[in-house]
Amino acid sequence: MSAQTVDLLSFEETLEKYDPALGLEVHVELSTLTKMFCGCPTEFGAEPNTQVCPTCLGLPGAMPVVNRKAVEGAIRIGLALNCQIADWCRFARKNYFYPDMPKNFQTSQYDEPIAFEGWMDVALEGEDGEPETFRVVIERAHMEEDTGKTLHVGGATGRIHGADYSLVDYNRAGIPLIEIVTKPIRGAGERAPEVAKAYVAQLRELIVALGVSDARMDQGSIRADVNLSLAPRGSNVLGTRTETKNVNSLRSVERAVRYEMRRHAAVLSSGGSILQETRHWHEDTGITTSGREKSDAEDYRYFPEPDLVPVAPSREWVEELRGTLPENPTQKRARLQAEWGFSDLEMRDTVGAGALLLIERTVAAGTAPQAARKWWLGEMARRANETGTEIDALGVTPEQVAAVQALVDAGTLNDKLARQVFDGLLAGEGTPDEIVAARGLAIVSDEGALSAAVDHAIAANPDVADKIRDGKVAAAGALIGAVMKEMRGQADAARVRELILEKLA
Amino acid sequence: MPEITRDEVAHLATLARIDLSDAELDHLAPQLSVILDSVASISEVASADVPPTSHPLPLTNVFREDVVVPGLTAEQALAGAPESEQQRFSVPRILGDEQ
Amino acid sequence: MSAATSTDWTRRTAAEMADALAAGEVTSVELTQAHLDRIAEVDGDAAAGVHAFLHVDAEGALAQARASDERRAAGEPRGTLDGVPIAVKDVLATEGLPTTCGSKILEGWVPPYDATVVRRIREAGLPILGKTNMDEFAMGSSTEHSAYGPTRNPWDLDRIPGGSGGGSAAAVAAFEAPLALGTDTGGSIRQPGAVTGTVGVKPTYGGISRYGLVALANSLDQVGPVTRTVLDSALLHEVVGGHDPLDSTSVDQPLPSFVEAARQGAGKDLTGVTVGVISELRGEGWQPGVLARFDEAVERMVAAGAEVVEVSCPSFVHALAAYYLILPAEASSNLAKFDAMRYGLRVLPEGVDAPSAEEVMRATRDAGFGDEVKRRIILGTYALSSGYYDAYYGQAQKVRTLISRDFEAAFGQVDVLLSPTAPTTAFRLGEKLDDPLAMYLNDLATIPANLAGVPGLSVPCGLAEEDGLPVGLQVLAPALADDRLYRVGAAVEALLTEEWGGALLDRAPELKGAAQ
Repeated sequence: MSAQTVDLLSFEETLEKYDPALGLEVHVELSTLTKMFCGCPTEFGAEPNTQVCPTCLGLPGAMPVVNRKAVEGAIRIGLALNCQIADWCRFARKNYFYPDMPKNFQTSQYDEPIAFEGWMDVALEGEDGEPETFRVVIERAHMEEDTGKTLHVGGATGRIHGADYSLVDYNRAGIPLIEIVTKPIRGAGERAPEVAKAYVAQLRELIVALGVSDARMDQGSIRADVNLSLAPRGSNVLGTRTETKNVNSLRSVERAVRYEMRRHAAVLSSGGSILQETRHWHEDTGITTSGREKSDAEDYRYFPEPDLVPVAPSREWVEELRGTLPENPTQKRARLQAEWGFSDLEMRDTVGAGALLLIERTVAAGTAPQAARKWWLGEMARRANETGTEIDALGVTPEQVAAVQALVDAGTLNDKLARQVFDGLLAGEGTPDEIVAARGLAIVSDEGALSAAVDHAIAANPDVADKIRDGKVAAAGALIGAVMKEMRGQADAARVRELILEKLA
Repeated sequence: MPEITRDEVAHLATLARIDLSDAELDHLAPQLSVILDSVASISEVASADVPPTSHPLPLTNVFREDVVVPGLTAEQALAGAPESEQQRFSVPRILGDEQ
Repeated sequence: MSAATSTDWTRRTAAEMADALAAGEVTSVELTQAHLDRIAEVDGDAAAGVHAFLHVDAEGALAQARASDERRAAGEPRGTLDGVPIAVKDVLATEGLPTTCGSKILEGWVPPYDATVVRRIREAGLPILGKTNMDEFAMGSSTEHSAYGPTRNPWDLDRIPGGSGGGSAAAVAAFEAPLALGTDTGGSIRQPGAVTGTVGVKPTYGGISRYGLVALANSLDQVGPVTRTVLDSALLHEVVGGHDPLDSTSVDQPLPSFVEAARQGAGKDLTGVTVGVISELRGEGWQPGVLARFDEAVERMVAAGAEVVEVSCPSFVHALAAYYLILPAEASSNLAKFDAMRYGLRVLPEGVDAPSAEEVMRATRDAGFGDEVKRRIILGTYALSSGYYDAYYGQAQKVRTLISRDFEAAFGQVDVLLSPTAPTTAFRLGEKLDDPLAMYLNDLATIPANLAGVPGLSVPCGLAEEDGLPVGLQVLAPALADDRLYRVGAAVEALLTEEWGGALLDRAPELKGAAQ
């Protein structure tokens, strides 16, 4: 894709002139064993077209039957989002032609969603550092099915544009999706990008806690579309809306909102008008590009799916499902903060980094809360930032972090060596123990070797040694550095210091 | 009397992905108008308080359990495909975006 | 010559064949071969003969017949009809056998799975003779809209056999098969039954699985039996009917015994049965000879003890309009899957270099669908379009409610409703081909049952005086009371057969050498 230069207004100027209205549509792929309407497995990464049947391939004559577990997942998500659960609702057909959709209609819900009118209080950091919540109102959560996956062959980039032809795998077609749609979010102002990110992060946390999806943004099992429009400051009249697709990391949600706000503002303030269209987010370049224009030609001709009967959840069933809901996220955060002894600031950073569940699991695997926090918000956050991914998509699990910290606690590793173990983990070199062995990373506890290295350092730095003998203990640092260098870092710095001071006493 | 114009038929044919020829368009527009005229009376038949019937029998809550059932092999799935490659359905280049 | 003593096995009823198999008088291989011979003699092709079949599977049928004979020899027949051959409408998916729905767009497609009803007849041991002709995707009332050429009426090869299931009805009427499966969306089993002098049943919606039936209009379609006698329909209905977890709209209730009801009806006693004649389904536009035969049949029923009342169903006059909105709407969506991407025909547009998927879809759908299919897809697309939905599709769904209310009110007074099945006898091939509206009127009497989901049966009630062609009498019952159809249908059949001194089809031409 050629680089496009688009005028952007500065964020500050954007906010001086306009108020943003945000809308988020999040698709969650449920982790049911089987698809929405047939008994095909849903496992990620299977050989192409091996998890298909007449129904999800759209073969003539095949018919759908609703997966009870998927309905339960939808109801539980709805309840967790404080929604009403419909007494009676139907599936509908959304008709449009596209090769990744076997029937050329998507079986979805239209004007009768299973869950509607809910809300979520999103935790933000207040200006004075105090925690603050922003209420996001949920319009609906409805059930639908996923499409197949397409590989584009030929052309320069492997992208759809310019490809010679495409190859379709329908393993994903028919996997249950829950689409969660917010009402327009007004009044967030400069915090709109932050609200968007925090909403998706918190929603993700909720979905994982419900156990209805693994909610992996990197695998597409949770996907966000960002709708944005601007109203002139002080006006209630919303401008034209764009829908940005493919926003597949938390960081990108924030960046995409910020980008679209600035782009809209630049277009509007120069007298232009915004096209109602879908836009594509490009993770690498941090920009959106024009996709499909929404037009009259797009007439989905919805009508009730005649092959499925209405879903009418009894109130008993709904209450039974309400009883299975996990702890409310706000209460859970308060409990964990108390248990872990984190400060407000530490807790906010943890939540903001999307690390709450990771730390919880790390602590559960035996690591002290502060040590867990240090790894995830320090080392892992740095690595994620460098590679432009999320910390939970790095490929390091909480259990691995706990195993590494256990080696540090045992004195086998220091922090510097531990970082090399993470290099090994990311390179797929095996378990932390195997990596320590294979890379020879363990701290040298052989007193003879250590003592010899200290002697070398003293001999090589007579001036420094004299200063220490004169009582300038602070100078020991230079000698410690020299010893660590000789030991390639595999020494316990505290023990080295002790040895130096002993020898020069 | 409702009438479908030739342009409307062309638009509907685009929505329905049928490449109607000029002759077909000429032929279809008046035919459809006649048919529509004969069904037009329907808009006055039922009053607002009559509920629509989408399903002839009043069944609800028909579900299957979340249990894997054997499906087709890739070979069976692809047996009828006009073209396939790399165990996938090969389709001509796609112009529009995903929805 | 009485059918039961004929040496020609094809002239027997399915029940008689089943008895003969059970008594060891005949083998399934002999029965199957006799029908394959009859097919070879009369069926022909698009140019000549009955042309009821699109595909004959002689090898497969004989293999299934041999397996049936082995089971019987081992004392393990699977059921009454084990070994009795059957024909299957080409709209039902058959694993390993081509399934085209009478359309070019599916030419050569061989499904990798069986429709539930097909699985059930296989499991019950009925050898499948082949797939029968039909209007393309079941859109039509004459079988002239088949992409593979029309089926001809065994009573007069210049006439239509009804539609869309003209192939199944003609196969049974021409003694090419004792049994067939059909599908009925607005009359596609009953109207062909009427014009070919055979019996056809559209069961209660949900009574027989639709899984594997290539949908025309999902909320109207039903699979049903096509036979020469009411008892045979009941026997077949019991084989294929009942709950199917693969069809969400399938009714999960025990079936009443249809066979028992048919046997009861054959006793010709209708004492205590109240029948209603629908006043809206007669009058102008109805062929006098059709009405005359119908009225005579009703008189016979009265003589047999039935009480007859006239019943008004005022909303039925809107049924045709509602049907021709609901059907195209659902069909336009159902037929979207035929897009040249995964199976079936793929046509590349002419003069286009490296065509796109969309261009290939458009070219394929233009080349692969016939005129009637395109007409209804466009109509359905229109009816569902935003801006028209409420006025057309939404309104049609309300009319559906009104029609159901008419049925409810009527069945509050009577046990079954009666009408002629079709307004006319078989018309000539080509006569109404260019007049869609005239064609649609054939289904006037059959459509209300589909809109309301209630069951209906057509049974022969004689030959019209004007043209000597068969007339059908339609029996309608409340939802899930299909047994009433069999009781009343069998009674009408027994009363009239007695009067005629034999089955109506004994009077049909013999068709010897018709294939040439």
